[in-house]
Amino acid sequence: MRRIAPILVAVALLAMVPLVTASNVVLNFLVMALLIALVGQGWNLLGGYGGQYSFGHAAFFGTGCYVTAILQMRYGVNAWAGFFIGIAAGALVGAIIGALSFRSGLRGSYFALVTLAFAEVLRIVASVAPITGAGVGTLIKLDLRPEAFQFQSRVPFYWIILALVAFSMVLVRLIEDSRFGAYLVAVRENEDAASALGVDATMVKLGAMTLSAAITAAGGCFYAQYFLFIDAGIAYGPWISVEALLAPIIGGIGTVFGPLLGALVVKTLGELTKLVTGDAPGLDLVIYGSVLIVVVAFAPRGIAGIVTTLGGRIRWPGTASSVEQRRG
Amino acid sequence: MLSSVILIPAILNGLMTGAVYALVALGLTLIYGVLHIINFAHGALLTAAMFAAFFAHQLLGLDPYLAALLLTPLFYLLGYGLQRFVIGPAAHGEDRNILLVTLGLAVVIENALLYAFRGDTRTINLRYAFDVVEIGPAFLALPRVIAFVVVIAVAIGLWLVMQWTDTGKAIRAVAKEKLGAELSGIDVAHIYAVTFGLGTACLAIAACLLIPTYYVNPHAGNAFVLIAFTIVVLGGMGSVSGALVGGLFVGVVESLSGLYLGESLGQVGIFAMFILVLLVRPSGMFGERA
Repeated sequence: MRRIAPILVAVALLAMVPLVTASNVVLNFLVMALLIALVGQGWNLLGGYGGQYSFGHAAFFGTGCYVTAILQMRYGVNAWAGFFIGIAAGALVGAIIGALSFRSGLRGSYFALVTLAFAEVLRIVASVAPITGAGVGTLIKLDLRPEAFQFQSRVPFYWIILALVAFSMVLVRLIEDSRFGAYLVAVRENEDAASALGVDATMVKLGAMTLSAAITAAGGCFYAQYFLFIDAGIAYGPWISVEALLAPIIGGIGTVFGPLLGALVVKTLGELTKLVTGDAPGLDLVIYGSVLIVVVAFAPRGIAGIVTTLGGRIRWPGTASSVEQRRG
Repeated sequence: MLSSVILIPAILNGLMTGAVYALVALGLTLIYGVLHIINFAHGALLTAAMFAAFFAHQLLGLDPYLAALLLTPLFYLLGYGLQRFVIGPAAHGEDRNILLVTLGLAVVIENALLYAFRGDTRTINLRYAFDVVEIGPAFLALPRVIAFVVVIAVAIGLWLVMQWTDTGKAIRAVAKEKLGAELSGIDVAHIYAVTFGLGTACLAIAACLLIPTYYVNPHAGNAFVLIAFTIVVLGGMGSVSGALVGGLFVGVVESLSGLYLGESLGQVGIFAMFILVLLVRPSGMFGERA
């Protein structure tokens, strides 16, 4: 409980934002930041704790998007049911890609490559297959009822995405403290040594990948409900794969708070860019890419790393917030 | 069954396309073979080179084949600088960091091009772009025949450099045994940068060979690089002859599958082949420790 408390405090503070401001601009900004925090937490579980860098998390995000949209529009499934089926579908895609690549022994660069390729295959298929609306995209019919997972105001959406982020953070914290989490970190640090000590590395990675995909797919399902429109470039596009890894790396890779911190920073940077230069395509990503290089070069443990270093000097009690730190 | 009148031109055309694939793959495999990293910025650098060739023609009136003489050393310097001053220092010697840095570079270059030139697709018109060369039953576009000849020449040239020059020997030494090379007085950081420069220079040549018959937009390079990844994995990471043979092979496969399956599925075919190759041939090539 002690280790979950900081998460609950942070979430409670964020939950009060709509009581302070009703500005749609602010809420919209926070919803997008939280969405990236959720997707990034998915990436963080596999990449941060497991050391398996995926460059294709769009595969799970997009699957969530499309499954929830297509079930509603083509099969009349309830939106909430669609939401959970979308998450399950994303987890399934994660399990399949994971099983294929980990069983083949793909590591490091090769794993990054193969995940990238899977996301691209899905993008191309989604841009030509009739069921996805091909090039036109899929529109979810406007139906502003809570039963249909659509709301007049942005506030319920905000609370839902915040709840999802909170859930993902608590989940990752529990994993961190579990045997499974210890195995996962062992595999990241030295896969061969972990295997030699009896850790089933393939199964551990596969479990992490499935959970990671499910979390990211939840982001995709939410995206579809929030914007009510998706196409292949949004759902399976490289932008989401990049933001998914950017948030945890900037915030602090392999930490529970990293993705949330990183997402807030990334989205703030994105908005600032837009303010300064107008809505020019590409410039926000130029900034993201530069920030990625700078962070890797100068602060490999991200914001959380900087905070930990400073905190280490002041010696706050009970700030053990990352696996790194607890290791020593 | 298709008759040889259709089949032979398709195969020859595939070989011509495959030659450019091979050149892109050559750069990738060279960098991998020595630095043991997958350069995710390869596609973006190819796109940048294509834009450079395009503007050399539009603004300076340079024929692409002449522009190659200018762009090749320029891109060599660019690659050298990137490895020496960005990738090398930023990576702290960790493979995972190199992955992220080259990905970051790719994102920056590609989107800077998008910002500067928008998503428009551009082409150049050359007098001789539609000239053909007759070989047996096949009529081949002149620019593609030139591309084929140039690629073969570049490959031979590169082989000679690697085999007979001191730099080439140093590169091979570093690829084989980094620590040993360092102990014998080879400046490893310099050799890494030289190799990255050579790999990038290959892209400048490939871009100049492509631009007479191909288009350029901010994503143009990506298609080639995914094919190049396939070739490199197919031919064996780090193997120069593997890249050449693999490139020609993939060109022919693509040409034939386009003939049988149609264009839009062709792209999925390449990805499918790529994933299949990655998954099915893990031994040896995947000995790398992550």
